[in-house]
Amino acid sequence: MANDTNLIHPLWVRLTHWINALAIVILATSGWRIYDASPFFALEIPREITLGGWLGGAIQWHFAAMWLLVGNGLVYLAGNVISVRLWHKFFPLSPRAFFADMLAALKGSLSHADLSHYNMVQRAAYLFVMVDSVLLVLSGLVLWKSVQFPILRELLGGYEAARREHFLAMAALVAFAGIHLLMVALVPRTLLAMIRGR
Amino acid sequence: MIRKPSRQLAIDGDLVLKDATKEIARRLDQPTRRAFLQRSLSLGGLSLLSGCSLVDESSVENALMTVSRFNDTVQAWLFDPNRLAPTYPDSMITRPFPFNAYYGEDEIREVDEESYRLEVTGMVADKHAWTLAELRAMPQAEQITRHICVEGWSAIGQWGGVPFADFLRRVGADLSAKYVGFKCADDYYTSIDMPTALHPQTLLTLTYDSQPLPPRYGFPMKLRMPTKLGYKNPKHIQAIFVTNTYPGGYWEDQGYNWFGGS
Repeated sequence: MANDTNLIHPLWVRLTHWINALAIVILATSGWRIYDASPFFALEIPREITLGGWLGGAIQWHFAAMWLLVGNGLVYLAGNVISVRLWHKFFPLSPRAFFADMLAALKGSLSHADLSHYNMVQRAAYLFVMVDSVLLVLSGLVLWKSVQFPILRELLGGYEAARREHFLAMAALVAFAGIHLLMVALVPRTLLAMIRGR
Repeated sequence: MIRKPSRQLAIDGDLVLKDATKEIARRLDQPTRRAFLQRSLSLGGLSLLSGCSLVDESSVENALMTVSRFNDTVQAWLFDPNRLAPTYPDSMITRPFPFNAYYGEDEIREVDEESYRLEVTGMVADKHAWTLAELRAMPQAEQITRHICVEGWSAIGQWGGVPFADFLRRVGADLSAKYVGFKCADDYYTSIDMPTALHPQTLLTLTYDSQPLPPRYGFPMKLRMPTKLGYKNPKHIQAIFVTNTYPGGYWEDQGYNWFGGS
């Protein structure tokens, strides 16, 4: 782990971030094509923004990128725990400070002077996306291997429930990504920081 | 759209045409599924990420197939031969149970019961062809299990017939062989791994809902495996063969995962 005090994001954070971004793009767009094969909401994803061309192609992309997401995710989580970055960056969490920061963000008065410090809204959002990704992996595991993981299947309410949970967890992740990108557009220095590290 | 010549079209023009018809019927916009890489690689975001649009399509295709083969290995490793798929009460049976095939309902094959014989070949001791009466005379089992389609939907049905492990032992199949292959009256074909073939819930199915299997569900016989996705469950089976040579399958040869287990 880097000791450079000017460093906002160490290299391993930047690498896992971009690998994760790639995995999420592939998984979401191929997942939309798989969903379209048998939609369970009054919603069909426009074919133009899906990946894979046909169901079999989408499944190939999806079940290849899942290894990228899981492998990279484990490296990220392990790195966070080992470097104790998880506790330093994302905790403590305070609901009161969360609402104060949220209000400040909406007023456009939230400080971004120190990018290495996460405000409460960031902490909550990043922790949420970690938990949401775990839910995506677990519900995906039930969809892929519902017979082989009976305890997990029953915990999630069965195969059909897991389909919906997987979809809703995806929707939450995409919503996060949308807001995340908007925030980056508002404070472009954060993009540089995630590329150069400072 | 200009498309490179497709190997699949050359081999299997008829079947792909049938597919295309089915897909158009579903209001899908692409006529063949082999076009998937052209489409996928023209997707804006991914082209940017890959740096250019000159990515060798066949190398991407090969890489994805390699991962799919790897996923076969992982699934074989995860597969527990003693773990049973959940069973359900009568009241949860999906009625009507959905019809699904690579063709439409108007093309369902009618197989004649009198002249029907099940061929059994390959690594088996007894290669005699079976009549339906002989199969019905064997000990029967029933199950109410969930059928999961690769498309995502699932439905609960009731199937009855001969436990496939009993049948394989009866014909003296080499149980150390790698694959059991199936050829069907509707020109469908597929193959499974031996551990799944021997799974206690794998059933050489002769009945649906306690009635002789109707043509729409695969008369005279289908292989029912609640541990595998729908496309691994062949209908209208005419020939069964035991082999160590990878037999592939109708969908598998086009890119569906071979193991297809759940």
